[in-house]
Amino acid sequence: MSLPEYLLRLGDNALILSQRLAEWCGHGPVLEEDIALTNVALDLLGQARLWLGYAGELTGRDEDQLAFLRDAGEFRNVLLVEQPNRDFAHTMARQFFFDVWHGLLLEKLSASKDERIGGIAAKALKEVAYHKHRATDWILRLGDGTGESHARMQQAADDLWMYTGELFEMDALEGEMHQAGVGCDLAALHEPWLNEVSRIFREATLEVPKQSWMQRGGKRGIHSEHLGYILAEMQFLQRAYPGAKW
Amino acid sequence: MVKVRPEAAQLWSWLEEVADPEIPAISVVDLGIVRDIRWNDDELVVTVTPTYSGCPATEVIARDIREALLARGVEKVRLETKLSPPWTTDWISERGRRRLQESGIAPPASGLIQIENVACPRCGSHAVEMISRFGSTPCKSIYKCRACLEPFDVFKRH
Repeated sequence: MSLPEYLLRLGDNALILSQRLAEWCGHGPVLEEDIALTNVALDLLGQARLWLGYAGELTGRDEDQLAFLRDAGEFRNVLLVEQPNRDFAHTMARQFFFDVWHGLLLEKLSASKDERIGGIAAKALKEVAYHKHRATDWILRLGDGTGESHARMQQAADDLWMYTGELFEMDALEGEMHQAGVGCDLAALHEPWLNEVSRIFREATLEVPKQSWMQRGGKRGIHSEHLGYILAEMQFLQRAYPGAKW
Repeated sequence: MVKVRPEAAQLWSWLEEVADPEIPAISVVDLGIVRDIRWNDDELVVTVTPTYSGCPATEVIARDIREALLARGVEKVRLETKLSPPWTTDWISERGRRRLQESGIAPPASGLIQIENVACPRCGSHAVEMISRFGSTPCKSIYKCRACLEPFDVFKRH
């Protein structure tokens, strides 16, 4: 059964990025940003529940078991979303790269032959369009801001660039889902993604990173050292007190 | 005991009394999230669509709808969630928009999210600026009126 595996990829991206953004709660540079970051996190958490809920129905494990009782090697998110928050520039560069891709992906998936996937994607797309507007605002503001903010935003883009290749990686599972009309051709999203990123970077006086070597593995469960720490925090309660309810 | 199945109009009017838990000025019906009510034998099936995927009010709303109907004598209530087509602020009723306005929340603009569509709910001025794209709930953003200087919530177009 490859559909559940595909749904885990979709759900884990949303779940792990949500968890990362939630780390900003109470630490935002200003109150409005604190609220905005956690609102985006909340949207992504809702989307994760929809994807994992569907995966759970197919596998007999519910959304909570999937979120709280899998170990790092069973997570299928891309490496980009597990990268640390670091400074605000890194958080927003990560968000911008992801949001532009996420929007393109969801647009394709909203026409999926799997009606449930189509429904979730169409719902999520409206939320992600808004996330992308906000991330774009920040790329422009920091990129075309002070010397310090420009340098930091450029650094963040350079640091995270190697994690963007995986977003467009086709493998056997993606190919199968694409062939079945359930998924989409991720490789074909690269050009529109790069066009949009380049357009915004130009406006923000930033350089599109040149490096071409790309890190990959997250979609197959091979993660960076960061994921274990995320899970340690996210899963602590259910691991220490199995079955605990709110 | 004779099983009474209240008419649809009656059921809708009961649901119009169920307030959104986070924006009590507006009912779940005026918000446009109750998509359908139908009887399935002696069970009343209420179809609800979420505003935002992660809106924490969704579960409270489901509970409030169930309790409101049970309290009025409906014996069996089942809630169904329907994602598609996705909720849009275009489904907010005229009365809903008026109530938002009256409670100091600018109703969602029509067309794209554009600053010129937003009017201050207190003084009506269009001289407004966005402070933050996100506000106290997922469905709102924060603006400030340059005429009367008051900050206010705007129900985001979605």
